[in-house]
Amino acid sequence: MKKLIRVTVNDVRYEVAVKPNQTLVDMIRYDLGLTGTKNGCGEGDCGACTVILDGTPVNSCLVLAMQADGRTITTIEGVEGEKGLHPLQKAFIEKGAVQCGFCTPGMVLSAKSVLDENPAPSEEEIREGISGNLCRCTGYLQIIDAVKSVGK
Amino acid sequence: MSDYDIINTRAVRVDASDKVRGLALYVDDMKMPGMLYGALLQSPLAHAEIVGIDTSAALRLPGVKAVVTSKDAGLVKFGVSPARYDETVFCHDRVRHVGDNIAAVAAIDLDTAMEAVSLIKVEYRELPAVFTVEEAMAEGAPVLHEAYPRNVTAQVHDEFGDVEAAFAQCDLIKTGSLVNKRQDAAFIEPQGCIASFDFSGNLILYSSTQVPHYLQRIVAMVLGLPVGKVRVIKPYVGGGFGPKAATNHMELAACLLSMKSGKPVKMNFDRRQVFMHGRSRHQFFHTMTTGVKKDGTIMALKHECYLNGGAYSSFGIATVYYAGSLLGGPYKLPAMKYDGYRVFTNLPACGAQRGHGGVIARACWEQQLDMIADELGMDPIELRLKNMMTAGDMTCNYLDMSSLGMKECVEAVRDRSGWESKKGKLPPGKGIGMSCGFFVSGAGYPIYRSDTYHGTVIIKLTEDGGTALVYTASAEIGQGSDTAFAMIAAEAIGIPMECVRLESGDTDFGMDLGAYSSRQTLMTGLATKEAGEDIKRQVLEVLSEELHVPVEDMDIKKGLVVFKKETPDISGLRTRYIKEHRGWTDNPSLEEPLSFKEASRMAFLARGSIVGTGKYKPPVLGGGHKGAAVGTSPAYGCSAQVVELSVDEGTGKINIEKMTDAHDCGLAINRTSVESQMIGSLSMGLGEALYEEVKFDDKGRVLNDDLAEYKIPRALDMPDVDPVIIESNEPNGPFGAKEVGEGAIMPAIPAILNAVYDAIGVRVFELPLKPERVYMAIKEYKLKKEKER
Ligand code: FES
Ligand code: FES
Repeated sequence: MKKLIRVTVNDVRYEVAVKPNQTLVDMIRYDLGLTGTKNGCGEGDCGACTVILDGTPVNSCLVLAMQADGRTITTIEGVEGEKGLHPLQKAFIEKGAVQCGFCTPGMVLSAKSVLDENPAPSEEEIREGISGNLCRCTGYLQIIDAVKSVGK
Repeated sequence: MSDYDIINTRAVRVDASDKVRGLALYVDDMKMPGMLYGALLQSPLAHAEIVGIDTSAALRLPGVKAVVTSKDAGLVKFGVSPARYDETVFCHDRVRHVGDNIAAVAAIDLDTAMEAVSLIKVEYRELPAVFTVEEAMAEGAPVLHEAYPRNVTAQVHDEFGDVEAAFAQCDLIKTGSLVNKRQDAAFIEPQGCIASFDFSGNLILYSSTQVPHYLQRIVAMVLGLPVGKVRVIKPYVGGGFGPKAATNHMELAACLLSMKSGKPVKMNFDRRQVFMHGRSRHQFFHTMTTGVKKDGTIMALKHECYLNGGAYSSFGIATVYYAGSLLGGPYKLPAMKYDGYRVFTNLPACGAQRGHGGVIARACWEQQLDMIADELGMDPIELRLKNMMTAGDMTCNYLDMSSLGMKECVEAVRDRSGWESKKGKLPPGKGIGMSCGFFVSGAGYPIYRSDTYHGTVIIKLTEDGGTALVYTASAEIGQGSDTAFAMIAAEAIGIPMECVRLESGDTDFGMDLGAYSSRQTLMTGLATKEAGEDIKRQVLEVLSEELHVPVEDMDIKKGLVVFKKETPDISGLRTRYIKEHRGWTDNPSLEEPLSFKEASRMAFLARGSIVGTGKYKPPVLGGGHKGAAVGTSPAYGCSAQVVELSVDEGTGKINIEKMTDAHDCGLAINRTSVESQMIGSLSMGLGEALYEEVKFDDKGRVLNDDLAEYKIPRALDMPDVDPVIIESNEPNGPFGAKEVGEGAIMPAIPAILNAVYDAIGVRVFELPLKPERVYMAIKEYKLKKEKER
């Protein structure tokens, strides 16, 4: 049986009918059509599905849609502001931190959480903060560089 | 820095902003009206006869729209090389590995499709299975494919020069081995596709493929459709690295299901299925004997290799050739003998992965060269520099070094790493090692025998004159090819990047063999350049007629027409342009120089749509021996690397501290992208050297089929990297460019092996260098030392 939940995603309020076993990533991608959130493994190993749930980055493939009831989510589509790209997004573009781009949304959200927590993170803290996000293309260094360039 | 306006810079990627915003569409992000969802039934057994398949219960399940088996698919064989087509869409008589495909279902949603799959009853009679090369080649072992006794699917026996005679002149002859483990490409996007068959008989297949063209051909061949009725579109792809360069069964199944149901059908692999499908790096068993003179001159190499290939051929026939032929360079090697055997086992098939066929061979040999240098009392860098080929040399197996910045690469990593102050001078437990690498810049021949162009490109100017639309069927899979071609097109026409819009990855756009063998920059790049020059010529021809200035006295640069001699009167032309644009606010004033936009608008008014075309195919390459095609290339990339690391002698744990890497890419079209490819290659090499290994249980099931247990490097694992671009100016490449995507992985593993030896004094001949293995090696070494005392 589907159940109606209420969530706020990127400042928009939704009412969604979800199945009890439906994952949050599934709801975000297929019910809300916000396909910027990716699914690389479905079991919490790759971080491609990272979203920010009530201020905390989570693997949305490990969260049930039901658990998001009444809560607030930021997905990659909600990172840019009214004045354009978030500084992190700009830095990713400029530093060559994007290749295939499949890890990128999750990476940006994890990096954003690091900076939201601590605007001047050390390189170690940046690496730690994105260590749950796998990237097979870049070897991470340009991503770390991008995050560093935004943190002060 | 260079004479170029666009190329050789750090232009930002054309796809980057869509990717950071989450707007870039990958295949699973797409949706179509009425779309169904498909699922595969795959074998739970490694080797079994299929006695019967009963799909009736699945068909009865509400919501199921189509079920297909070999009865629907037929038994047309496909694979990668036509010489080894040995797969069918679905098995009909026998399954040969866990994950072999038996049936597929399309239903209104994925849950229903999966439930239907579970309702299909298959009766098996289990057969004995073989999992290792020894088991598979043993007398009386079960044979996977009747045409290949002892399960040897491909063998190579090559000799160039006289190896025995060369050994007779040697002062030192060294024999050694190296074995790796099967790897997984571990791209983050699992394979996916959507097939859509319409009532006019047209089939569109959207797929996460690296090779739209080959996929189009195989789909047409297997399903009996005219090639012109099959269109393959590659949306954004989340990494490929090789395994996505071959048609998979799911793609064909989705097409069949769409044809049967009349609806679009989406299918995806889950992560387990990615591992079960495999097609990544083989397991190689190399044994090499190298002979040198006292002064370090390399004289001969005798090389034997066995490959555990899994249940089907896939790319394997090329892999076994590459494993031998790529050792022809970059050193002067007068004589080389190679015997290679690829063997079928009841495991998922192996195929091509970054550095196809050459990575473990390179690691084995570069470690051996280090051992030789050690025994001769030579610095390993000195030994390498002594034997280095230079541009203009030809290897003993007829590979032509049209450019080769190998020496420059070695010197760069030597100097930037501080090699001379470190080598042999580091405290125990710390080590430094180096290696060279060498790779093709595009396969010299297509996978099927043909005189086809390897790439064609069309550029059309928009009728207003402002924008050049570039159409190529090449495959952007993350490496940055779209950006490279947009840059090449802009440079060739003489306009800014903003005036170029590029579409790629669609078989309707032309011919392109796709993303494999590091071919696109050189091959598609040349076709793009030719198309751009064609555009420029046409525009200038019209201008020449209008202004009575010879074409050769004009050029287009930075979006403006350049008159090399005196500037003609352009006022007539400009007045016409402005008249056409009455009311527009951006019309040029009378004094401004003539713009490309105006010129190309004039060209349209004179000739209609302006379309430029370009094409590329390599000249005839290589020797006349059997298999000579594999390893030939219009150009070769090369690289050198120094690795610094430490080894914890108590645990065997290796910590890579610094990698200094130089790669000769001919000319960097995009400097940032070249560095990105280098660093990405290094991280894959590091993972393969230290921990990557696909493990199986005794039933042939993958044990670590997820990204937690199959460990790839994380952000915490990457050392500091100093990437150095070397530009040798390749005469056969566009503006001098050649490969970087795969060759850059070559030196990573051997440089690590050599650094480990420098740190602990022991050589390890088995990968990956897990702590247990390194620890045991240290222990054995210590025991041996004690006994010697
Ligand atoms: S998809 Fe959620 S962690 Fe991989
Ligand atoms: S850019 Fe491809 S996985 Fe990170």
